[in-house]
Amino acid sequence: MTAIPKFTRRSFLISSAALGGGLALGLRLPPFGPAVVRAADGSPEITVWVAIRPDNTTLIRAVRAEMGQGTITGLAQLIAEELDCDWSKVEIEYPTPGQSVARKRAWGEFSTGGSRGIRQSNEYVRKGGAAARMMLVQAAANEWKVSPSECTASNSVITHKASGRKTTYGKVAEAAARLDQPKDVPLKDPKTWKIAGKPLKRLDTAKKVNGTMEYGMDLKMPGMLNAAVKDCPVFGGKVKSFDAARISGMRGVKKVVQVGDSGVAVIADTWWNAKTALEQLPVVWDEGPNAKVSSADIAEVLKEGLDAEQAFVGNKAGGDVKAALAGAAKKVEAVYSYPYQNHACMEPMNATVRWTADRCEMWGPTQNGEGAFAQVLEASGLPADKVDVHNVMLGGGFGRRGTYPNDYVTQAVLIAKQMPGTPIKMIWSREEDMAHGRYHPVMQCKLSGGLDASGNLTGLHMRLSGQSILAAVRPEVVQAQKGRDPLSFQGVFESGEHSLTYTVPNLLVDHAMRNPHVPPGFWRGVNINQNAVFIESFMDELAEAGGQDPLEFRRKLLGNSPRALGVLNAVAQKIGWSKPAPAGVYRGLAQMKAFDSFVAAACEISVKDGNKVKVHRIVAATDPGYAVNPAQIERQVAGSFVYGLSALFFQECTVKDGRIEQTNFHNYNSMRIAQMPKVETILMPTGGPVWGGIGEPTICVAAPAVLNAYAKATGKRIRSVPLKNHGIELV
Amino acid sequence: MRLTINGKSHEVDVDPTTPLLWVIREQVGLTGTKYGCGIAQCGACTVHVNGIPMRSCSVPVSAASDAKITTIEGLASGKVLHKVQKAWIDHDVPQCGYCQSGMIMAVAALLKAKPKPTDADIDASITNICRCGTFQQVREAIHAAAKAA
Repeated sequence: MTAIPKFTRRSFLISSAALGGGLALGLRLPPFGPAVVRAADGSPEITVWVAIRPDNTTLIRAVRAEMGQGTITGLAQLIAEELDCDWSKVEIEYPTPGQSVARKRAWGEFSTGGSRGIRQSNEYVRKGGAAARMMLVQAAANEWKVSPSECTASNSVITHKASGRKTTYGKVAEAAARLDQPKDVPLKDPKTWKIAGKPLKRLDTAKKVNGTMEYGMDLKMPGMLNAAVKDCPVFGGKVKSFDAARISGMRGVKKVVQVGDSGVAVIADTWWNAKTALEQLPVVWDEGPNAKVSSADIAEVLKEGLDAEQAFVGNKAGGDVKAALAGAAKKVEAVYSYPYQNHACMEPMNATVRWTADRCEMWGPTQNGEGAFAQVLEASGLPADKVDVHNVMLGGGFGRRGTYPNDYVTQAVLIAKQMPGTPIKMIWSREEDMAHGRYHPVMQCKLSGGLDASGNLTGLHMRLSGQSILAAVRPEVVQAQKGRDPLSFQGVFESGEHSLTYTVPNLLVDHAMRNPHVPPGFWRGVNINQNAVFIESFMDELAEAGGQDPLEFRRKLLGNSPRALGVLNAVAQKIGWSKPAPAGVYRGLAQMKAFDSFVAAACEISVKDGNKVKVHRIVAATDPGYAVNPAQIERQVAGSFVYGLSALFFQECTVKDGRIEQTNFHNYNSMRIAQMPKVETILMPTGGPVWGGIGEPTICVAAPAVLNAYAKATGKRIRSVPLKNHGIELV
Repeated sequence: MRLTINGKSHEVDVDPTTPLLWVIREQVGLTGTKYGCGIAQCGACTVHVNGIPMRSCSVPVSAASDAKITTIEGLASGKVLHKVQKAWIDHDVPQCGYCQSGMIMAVAALLKAKPKPTDADIDASITNICRCGTFQQVREAIHAAAKAA
């Protein structure tokens, strides 16, 4: 890539949220005059998304993070589709946030969360591919002195039919890179796609089967040292003192440093030596005001919110819900709760930083390159042209590697600053990773529903009480909504990508915000996880109270949501809902709209000895509007059940003395292959103007479908997660 | 201390209680073997010690000094991939891929002990954690690798 022009720190806004405007159109911005912009190897850049080597290899640029979800392969498919290039000769190149900033954010958004990687950038990356094709064809037409409309492009070859002349992208790339960008860039009809929309293999598998894929954890640099870090186990606590002399003579130890207000780190030759010494380091903490807080205290605060006067309204329809409930022939009420959960990415948090007074660079896994860039900028004290971030393959992300205040990137910079010139790889132990997550927030929910004499739903009040992620992470969004966190209503909201699919005559969904001291974060699916457990379990409770079939009960409420009805009907049909289940097998289902996709699941389970649950089969339907790679979507859907059912059955982070009690996988379990149900995916994209997400939506229907089947099997309605607290096992 | 890894002898100067995992990663420099938990729960660090799959985070290096150690980097025969690696590519198994070195080493050992494993055999012997949730593809690929033998 090209050199980076000077950039002052002031001109780069720190908050990644504030960077939202002005997405790149995929067109080359020419701050460099007429000169050709070149890729790292000197190949000419046609548009910011495409550079072509003379040997006809296509370099496709990607700035979203790859954490296993397949986004990079999907984005490359979209660009290659419009470019009409040879898919077998595609390579990926990763511009850095520093390069993007220097080119007025030529590559747009880096942040990879909210299942947005493909859906939000699809249009501008496709235009980047299409514009490049138009320019390459124009360059060939100019050479042949014919009209570009007489030429066709396919597989990186341009043909002039009339004369039979052919050339390659590689041969005309230099000339194409000097042309003006076309202004009108039409896109293909997805129905004609040949590369996009196909179940192509991932581009990055070969290195993942022979140990050569480099994750942040694996970085090696000349002269590099390693750091192990420990932050105050009580959130909000600080370091009072530590006795470095006690460990300074230990094997490999180079330096013992304080990290910000709240952490200590040992820098050593190897990470193992650093960690071993850190465990011996005497540290006195000032544990602060939260030192005595427990899960029971937090639950008490949330419980009070269930009946509190003040609450933010997220969805309202019809008339007075309280009156409708009072006048109902039958009233149903239930209280649910959802715990703190850790993402537990397989690769613990880490970052490698080299700091000098003149330059600071970070190499490491992040879901938000620009967010990490802003954090490095802030912590390093250097201007933007002296800072950069190099993303690597993430060993899992799930929302944990988004940008959070005072997190691992900042720590790594603060450590490296204390040993200028030496690259330092900071790695969290699994125990540190468990102690300092950005946890799935806690939420309780009181649901009150009214039925008429025929068992039809006449009114529903859903009161949420619990923690807001945005209040902690993006307070400016909450401020703009006068204290409301719109995201807390995901799946049950009044409008938008997470809107409630049901039409309820009298409806009130409101949220009493209660924010404990435990730092919350975006956990794959975010707030749809608990909201789906609440509403979709309660739908079954209402159906049962009204003597109705849960499928029929839902169908009646989905008259205004044909796509939701579509996925629900699809899973019902495939699971065989209208026919009796095999002996001893029980079924449950759930549906939701999230991240602009419609999802539904139906499962078959059996229960032995009243508590041993076997999930035999799950049918999952997804309508994301468009499907860029059906094979990768299937994998995301199947994987969602591993993540979602692990959370349902096993996972809870409890708080004692202000800190998280769980320390590793032995007390924070995750599903194994023996417990994996057979997942049958129905992919049913129905097109339309909006592209839906894939990585997250399905996860939310896993838990309620199984909870509903469990209630059918045992007659017991479980209203709190995880099931291990009820003595229930997954076998 | 001398270690034999992937047929090559390495002299390492470490505390004998250091876990084999960290000697492989930090002294020998083979980073395909991953750290996930450090307490033999997740299996990301699985290597073969004298042909037996072991969770190297919980094996002191001193216990492996006379052994023949194979890591993910040594599973292929030169440029010819092991049948499990081939099946993994054919079935596009990895998602983030971080746990897959350990998963592949565990499966390679299973197929050596039981060339045609049943689903029950797989359930009993493959206990690695994968947070992305690749299990459905893992199972398919194990059966495919068994057939390829």
